[in-house]
Amino acid sequence: MKRELPLAAAATVTRASPLSIAAAVVALLLVLAAASMPAWAERSQLRMATEFLCLLTIAQMWNLLAGYGGLLSVGQQAFVGLGAYSLVVFGLQGGLNAFVVVPIAGVVGLVGAALLAPLAFRLRGAHFAVGTWVMAEVLRIVIANLPFVSGGSGVSVAPTVRGMDIATRDAVSLWLALVLGAGSMAAVYALLRSRWGLALVAVRDSERASQSLGIEGRRLKWLVYVAAAGGCAMAGALIFATKLRVSPDSAFSLEWTTTAFFIVVIGGIGSLEGPLLGAVLYFALREWLSDLGSTYMIVLGSLTVAVMLSGGGGVWGLVNRRGWFDLFPTRRRVRGASAGDD
Amino acid sequence: MAEWINTLLQGVLLGGLYALFAAGLSLSFGVMRMINIAHGDMIVFAGYAAIFTAEHLGLPPALTLLLVAPALAVLGYLAQRLVFNRTLGDDVLRPLLLTFGLSIVIQNALQEMFSADVRGLDIGPLATANFQLGGDVAIGVLPLLVMATAVATLAALQWLFRQTRAGRAFRATSDDAGTAQLMGVNRQHVYALAMAIASAVVAVAGVFLVMRTTISPSDGPARLLYSFEAVIIGGLGSLWGTLLGGTILGVAQAVGAKLNPGWGVLSGHLAFLLVLMFRPQGLMPKTRDR
Repeated sequence: MKRELPLAAAATVTRASPLSIAAAVVALLLVLAAASMPAWAERSQLRMATEFLCLLTIAQMWNLLAGYGGLLSVGQQAFVGLGAYSLVVFGLQGGLNAFVVVPIAGVVGLVGAALLAPLAFRLRGAHFAVGTWVMAEVLRIVIANLPFVSGGSGVSVAPTVRGMDIATRDAVSLWLALVLGAGSMAAVYALLRSRWGLALVAVRDSERASQSLGIEGRRLKWLVYVAAAGGCAMAGALIFATKLRVSPDSAFSLEWTTTAFFIVVIGGIGSLEGPLLGAVLYFALREWLSDLGSTYMIVLGSLTVAVMLSGGGGVWGLVNRRGWFDLFPTRRRVRGASAGDD
Repeated sequence: MAEWINTLLQGVLLGGLYALFAAGLSLSFGVMRMINIAHGDMIVFAGYAAIFTAEHLGLPPALTLLLVAPALAVLGYLAQRLVFNRTLGDDVLRPLLLTFGLSIVIQNALQEMFSADVRGLDIGPLATANFQLGGDVAIGVLPLLVMATAVATLAALQWLFRQTRAGRAFRATSDDAGTAQLMGVNRQHVYALAMAIASAVVAVAGVFLVMRTTISPSDGPARLLYSFEAVIIGGLGSLWGTLLGGTILGVAQAVGAKLNPGWGVLSGHLAFLLVLMFRPQGLMPKTRDR
C-alpha cells in the first residue's frame, strides 16, 4: 500500500514574500533616485554617494568571499590597488578616459586574481587570510619600486579626465558607482539564488559533506575569489578616478580591507542586507565621530569584537533574528504544509 | 667579501628575533588551532610596555621583562579565557574576525597613549657593542644575545611540551580536544594557559624588539606577517622550525636590503612565497612535538 505524502500536494516552496516584493520596489526607487541625483543634489552629496557605492561594492565583494565563500581575505587591497594602477597604465600612459578604464580594470583584477589563486589556495582558513595579505604587500612594494608607474611617491591621474567638466565627471562617476554598487548587490543576490549559490553555502558550512554530494568546492571558491577581485578592481579604479592621485601606499592600503571588514561585520556578515546596513552605519559613524581620530577606530574595532562575541550576526542579525525580514530572500521556504517553516 | 659575511651574519641573528616573534604564534596555533591576527600588535604593545616601565620606574631595559612578561601572561590568560574561548568552534572565521578587530583596537589605543611618533629603548653602549672576528667581520653583542634567548626560549618550550604535565595536556588537547576533555582536561583552562605562555614569549620578543630598533603603534601588522612567514617556512607545528624559518626570513631580508635598500622586506616575502610554492608544508613539518 502506498500512502500519499501530504507534503507533495499541499505545500508550495517559495522565496518571495510581500515584504521582499516591497523591498524590491523600494530598492528600484532608491536606484532611480540615486541616478537622478546629478539633477538635484549638491556636489558634496554626489561625491559622498559615489564613495558610499564604491565602498559598498568592495564590502559586498568581501562579504561574498568571507560570508558566503568562507574565504577570509585580508588582501583585497591588492585588487583595489591593481584597479587604481590600471588607471595609471591604461589611462595615463595608454591615453584612455578614466571611465573607460573602469571595466578594463575589472579584467585586470580578474586576471590578477587568476594568477594569484594557485598560490593563495595553497593556504586554508586562517593561513589564507595572512597569505593573501602578504601577496598584497608584495604587489605594493613591487609597484612602489617600478619606475614606469612613477614609483613610490605616486602620480597624478588628472589627465585621464581631461576634456570633461566637473559636473559631467561627478555625474558619470556616480552613475558608474551606482552600476557597481547596485550591480554587486544584484550579482551576489542572483548567485545565491542559483544552484551555484546553494553549492557555495554548502561548501562553506561543510566542505567534506558537500564534497560527498559531488560539489566541487575548489572550483566554486576559485570562481568567487576571482569574481570578487574583479569587483574590487573596478571599484578601485573608480575611487581613484575621483581622487585623481594614485600612490602605492594609498592604492594598496590595508584600509580598504579594514573598511570592508567594518562594514560587513558590523552590518551582518553572510547576509545581503548586512553590508548595505553596515555601509549606512559606517558613513553615519564616520560623520559623527571622525573628528576623534583614533578613538573612532577604537569604537569601530570594539564594535566588531562585540559582534563576534554576541554570535557574529551583526546588526542585521539582531534585526532579522527569526528570519522574518528577509528583504532579499535567498532561502527557500516551504509553506502550507504541516512540515512547517524552512 | 667581509661585507657579505657581515650581511649574512646579521641576517642569521635577525632570525633569532623572528623566531621569538613566531614562537608565540606557533604555540597558539599548535594548541588552539587559532591564528591571532593581533599577534604583531601584542608584540608592539609589549615593546611600549617596556618603554613605559623603563621611563617611569627607571628600570634598566632588560629588567623591564620581569614586569612585562608576567603582565602579558596574565593579560593573555584573561583574553583567552574571557574572550577568545567564546569564539572557538567549528567556524575558523570567528576568532580571526575577532582578533582582526582587536588588532585595530590595540593599534589605535597605542596611538592614543603614545602618539604616532617612533619610540625606542635606550640601552646605552650595548647598542653598538660587538665582537671583532678579524678581517672586518664583526658580530653585534645584542643580536647574539637575542639569538641566545631565542634558542633558550625554544628549548624551554620544547621541554615544557615534552616533559611536563601541562605540556601533555597541551598536546592532548591539540590532538583531540573532545577526548582530552573526557579525560579530565579542562579545555578552557588549557587554552588560556597556552595563551599565557605564548604572551610571555611575545613579551620577550617585544622587549628585544624595542632594544634593537624603534617602533611606532602601526608596526604590528608587519610583525604579524614576519611571525607568520617564519612559522610557515619552518613548517607548521614545529617549534625548532620557527628558528629555521626565522633565520631564512632574516637572511632573505638582510641580503635583499643589501642589494637594494627598498627590497629588504620584499625579498623576505618572496622567500615565503617560494617556500609556499615549492614546499607548502614547510621545511620541518610537524616534528614530534606539536
